Formats: sequence, C-alpha cells, structure tokens
Amino acid sequence: MLVTGGALAACGGSDDGPAADGKIHLTIATFNEFGYENLIPEYEASHPNIKIEQTKTGQSAPHHQNLLTKLGAGSGLADIEAIEEGFLSQVLDKSGQFNDLKEIGPADVKPERWLKWKADAATTKDGKVIGYGTDIGPVAMCYRKDLFEAAGLPTDPEQVKAMFATWDSYFEAGKRFVDNSEVAWFDSASQVFNVMQNQLPTGYYDTSNNLVIETNAAIKANWDKVTRAVTEGQSAKLVAWGPEWNTGFKTSAFATKTCPSWMMGPVEGNSGPENAGKWAITDAVPGGPTNWGGSYLTVPKQSKHPKEAAELAAWLTAPEQQIKAFKAKGPFPSQLGALDSPDLLSLANDYFVTPNTAQVFASQAKKVERAQFKGEQDGNIQDNVIAPALQAVEQGTAPDDGWKQAVEGAKKLAK
Amino acid sequence: MSEATLDVGERSEPAHRASAGSGEPDRRQPRSRPTFRQRLSQWDVKYSPYLYIAPFFILFGVVGLFPLLYTAYVSLYDWELADDTPTFLGLENYVTLFGDAQFWNALVNTVSIFVLSSVPQLVIAVFLAALLNTKLRAPTGWRVAVLLPYVVSLVAVGLIFSNLFGSNFGLINSLFEMVGLDRIDWQANRFASHIAIATMVNWRWTGYNALIVLAAMQAIPKDIYEAALVDGAKAVRRFFSITLPLLRPTLIFVVVTSTIGGLQIFTEPKLFDARPGLNTGGSSGQFQTITLYMYQSAFENLDFGYASAIAWVLFVLILAIAMINFVITRRLASTGEDR
Repeated sequence: MLVTGGALAACGGSDDGPAADGKIHLTIATFNEFGYENLIPEYEASHPNIKIEQTKTGQSAPHHQNLLTKLGAGSGLADIEAIEEGFLSQVLDKSGQFNDLKEIGPADVKPERWLKWKADAATTKDGKVIGYGTDIGPVAMCYRKDLFEAAGLPTDPEQVKAMFATWDSYFEAGKRFVDNSEVAWFDSASQVFNVMQNQLPTGYYDTSNNLVIETNAAIKANWDKVTRAVTEGQSAKLVAWGPEWNTGFKTSAFATKTCPSWMMGPVEGNSGPENAGKWAITDAVPGGPTNWGGSYLTVPKQSKHPKEAAELAAWLTAPEQQIKAFKAKGPFPSQLGALDSPDLLSLANDYFVTPNTAQVFASQAKKVERAQFKGEQDGNIQDNVIAPALQAVEQGTAPDDGWKQAVEGAKKLAK
Repeated sequence: MSEATLDVGERSEPAHRASAGSGEPDRRQPRSRPTFRQRLSQWDVKYSPYLYIAPFFILFGVVGLFPLLYTAYVSLYDWELADDTPTFLGLENYVTLFGDAQFWNALVNTVSIFVLSSVPQLVIAVFLAALLNTKLRAPTGWRVAVLLPYVVSLVAVGLIFSNLFGSNFGLINSLFEMVGLDRIDWQANRFASHIAIATMVNWRWTGYNALIVLAAMQAIPKDIYEAALVDGAKAVRRFFSITLPLLRPTLIFVVVTSTIGGLQIFTEPKLFDARPGLNTGGSSGQFQTITLYMYQSAFENLDFGYASAIAWVLFVLILAIAMINFVITRRLASTGEDR
C-alpha cells in the first residue's frame, strides 16, 4: 500500500515550489485560436522574470469540461483560464473560486477599456470583475454575389440591404432564390436560428434563471420561421462544423451564411481559392445587429501568482495586443481603443468582394446594445438540444415533433 | 500498527488450518515460546507468498475494484460534478433510469449495433481463418494484411468512414446513385446508421479475430483430419464436425471479448456523428449507445450519480450477455459427445 501511495503522490505535486531557474512560471490555457503565439515571447522579453507556458485545446467543449472538472477538484487549473461566453454563467455561479480582477489587476485597467456590454457580462451582481474580455463575435451576413446574379437576385449593396431587412424579407428572398436555383439559400437551420436566438433580449432562461423555452413566444416564432424555410427547401441541410459542411462551401451548396467575425476564416478556408472574390459581406443582418461568441481571460483562485497572472491577462487584452492577435488568427477585438484604431479599420481581406471587412465588423460591434443574458445551461441547450432538433427537421421530422424534442431536451438539461 | 498486523494474522489462521489438514496439532500453541528468529521464519513461510502476489492485487484494487465499488456508491447519490454535498437518493437513479425512454433507446441501439457487428464479424473471421489455413503463397503476408485495419488509428477510421457514409457528398451514396439505387441518409435513418457503424467495427476487428481463430485451427492435430478423410468425410463435413467443435474454447474467448467490447461501443458512434463533439448520437438519438449516453450524462449534464447508475446497469448487462453467449457458443460448437 505504501508503494502505490507514494507513486500516486508523486504524480500530483510537480508544479509546487519555486522554479529552478528563479523565474515566475505562469500557465495560460486557451482553446481554438487566440492568436497569442507571438505575443507570449514578446511579453517574456519585456518581463525577464516571467516564463509563460500556453496550453491549447482544439475545441471549446473539452476545454470547459476540463475547467469545470478541475474547479471541482480544487487543483490543476492554469494561472489564466480562457472562458467562452456560453459558459460564463456557470463560471459566474462559482465566482468565489475566481479572483476579482478589480482588486488584483493593474489599477489602470478599467471596465471602460471594453465595449460596455462586453465588460458587463463578466461582472457579478455584487460588482466583482472575474474576466478581462478578449474577443467578440459581431455578426454580419455573408452572401455569394455570383449565385445571387445567376438566380436573378439583386446584388447592389443597397438592394441586398433591403432584402436582408427582416427575417421575413430574408426568407421571402430565399424562397425566390431556391425557385430559381439548384442551390440552397442557407447552410444549416441551426446556424440561422443561433443568430435569431441571440437577437432576443434573453436566451432560453429569464434573468431569474427560469427556463422559458416554452413560455417565451419569440423563441417558438423564430423556430416556426426557420423550419418553414426548411420545408420550402431553403436549407442545404449541412451540419455545421462537420465534414459535409466544409465540403458544402467548396461545392457552392448555399448562397448566404450568417457571419460572425470569426466565421471569416472558415468561409475562406472551406470555400478555397477557386471561390475567391465570390463572397460579399453586408452589415445588414435580418433582425438587427447582434453578437455571437467571444471569450474572457480569468484568474482562478488556485493560481499561485494571481497578481502576475492578472498583469499578463491585462496586457494580452490591451487594444494593441488584441489587434496583433486579430491579424494573426482572427479573434475580433472587444476594446474601444482597438475598434477605433486606424490600424484595425484599414485592414482588408482580398478574398471577399467587400472592401474593409474589419470596418463592417467594428461598426456592427458598436451597434450591439447588450450582451444577452445566458442562463446556466444556455450554451448546452443551444448546441446539444436545439441544433440536433433542427437537424431532425432537416432530415424530415415534422417541425412540431422537432419542437417537442427541443422542449423535452431543454427541460431534461435544465432540471 | 502491531495490533492490526496481529489481527490479520489471527483472521487468516482458520484458512491456514483448513488447508494444512485437520489432524495436525495447533502450531500456534507451542510448548515453549519461540524465539524472535523462529517467529520471523514462520512469518516468512506464511506471509511471503501473499506479499509476492500482492502487487497485482493492490494495483487491481486501486485501479479496478475501487473505481467499480466507488461507482456503485456514487450511483446512490444526486452527485453533480464539483458538488461538495451530494444528496443521498438510494435507488432513485436506477428507478429513473428504467423509466427513461432515452436509456431504452440507447439500449436497443447498442444491442442492434452489437448484433450487426459481432455476428457477421465472427462468421467471416472463422471462414477467413479457414482460408488462411489452406496452402497459400506468402502466408505471413496474408496474415499481416488481414491485421492491418486493426493497426490503423480508431480516430482515422472514424473520420474516413463518416466521410464515406456522408449523406450529401459521401462516396457510398455516389456509388449507389451510379448504379441506380436511392441515396440513403446514413445519419437520419436509424437502421442505416447502425449498419454504417457496424461496418466500421467489422472492418477493424474481423482480421484480428481471424488470426486468433487461425492460431487455434493450426493447433488441431492433423491425424484427426486424416482419419476423417479415410472415413470419406468431405471438406464441409470435416469443417463442421472437426474444426468447429475443436475451436470451441477459442470461439468462446472471441465471443466473450467481442461482447465486452461491442456493448461498450463508444468511439465509432461518437465519431460517426456529422456534428463533431455531439453526444446525442444523431439528431434524435438514432445511434446513441449506452456508453455515449453515460458520457453525455456525466460530462455534458454533469450528473455523475446518474452516469454511475448507467455504468452499473451496463456492467451487469455485459455480464449477463457474456454468460448467455458462453452457453450458446458451447452448445453450437459442442464436441458431439452427448449426441
């Protein structure tokens, strides 16, 4: 028993105690692409007593699963943990396990650095700031100019804006489009529904954390609109992020796409060089400007060097660094200083027909009025209940049966 | 410390006596008090064997038995991840589970995928082994060839097969269309999705099982076949009356291991889902297996109590089905003594 006990103990505590080189070792855990690869050496060069190690997880879900598990275990977290907005409410719930950055962070980092709604979302009811905002996902609409032309739809930006004024006019145009084309109008019902859902003042929960999927008529109304479009053949029925969805971009299987800023990369990468100069971007989002996604950097109480970690997090989320990260990997800055910076606004992407894509997203970001309140299981319901239910409708389930599946699934998750 | 040791010593005494035979006088009451050295050598004889085999049992206890029992303990609670104060529920998790439509759906899916994969897999493996057992040129080359799928990373297999079975742009649907058949939505249709997943399993495991069966076939003495040949038995008769019965112990082993693996199938259905990372097994649970449901309960819904209950039901189920398979296989491949 002694032998195994010793072996187990040896596995546990390697990161305690002072580092051999006398430096302070900081760890930072992120997911997807935050664009910090070149920033970290830069910080280490200006702070010779700091050594930084970044852990990257490919996808958001396993990163947060790991985060919640280690919060529960009470050890094993990095000094800085990235958190996506969909998981924010679960983290705010456990805000006692995170440092108040207002207290330990550099004094000159004020909430005014960020868009108000971005900073508000990471502030607890009693005024603690548990995360510095990194990126946001202001939504625009991407559309295939060439496919619009082929189907006889207007391509003049002003006329496209009129077509994309409301969801009703968008789906009407979609009906007209699919009647004159072999191609579908949008890629996947859930990709459209996500944007509609994000435009509502509250998500699947009300602000006192009650599940309202059944009682909030706006959710059902959106569901009805999307599923009617599906039965009209407007959906390409491609499951987002799957291999067939990727192929769908390349084979021009759909003509429009809801486009948060971070979607630019997938649109370009999946469509490939053969479709260069065909995608256009417009700031006319049916139903109005909104945000989809974005993250925060937090410093858990488990950190041995909270002050240094907060300082690093503050530096990484400063406007200059966020613009560099955006140039490197595409996470769109959430800081007012960055959104007004000529350095950002002058950026253009040749792949798209529309010049100055950065300007489109920056102006969309400022038009967003509030961060939607997302209850505890909100992100979970969106990804694991609503998206599959919409997929079921796309596979032939009756819209009403699909809705039943969605409501039951949400209730099961929320109980 | 010393008290505990003594305690253990006394408890193990009856067992020792029983094994030593009854007539002997009790050695623990010697005429004179033994010296320390004597006692030391006595302990050496008595306890050393246990000490030598202890590493296995300690490791098994720590990583095998303890998790098993702890899972049973957790399954009696409403235990959320990171919950400091779990509530005791008794058997309520099990009661909920047996009334849970999603569980029964997952159970049917699991059994269906299991049958679709295990049965053809075993039949093909046995015939493949019979083929490999004939006189072939470059026998090692063939044997390595059938084992190749097993070497390929499971994740790669999952990616390739879910592309092949893609509904819109998949190769198999394109082939179907070319020969004039209807396209199949492999993700939407419940039975079609089971076939697709079973294909993945079969592709990977058939060769592996064939090699195990082949090894057993080669151990069958040649003179039995010669005697049968003299008696005028044809190849088919020889196969069913000699080969199959003598393969019995190996077949039982293969069936039991594939039962254990087949009922725990997880990676294949998880990777088959069109949406990466989803645990629902299709849009409406068309191919959600029990293990996938268990994973969803634990790591998506963070309900560890419920997930533990699923784990235990699965454990019992595997034991039961393995027993049934054991009996059936023994019947099927009987030596014919009772005939």
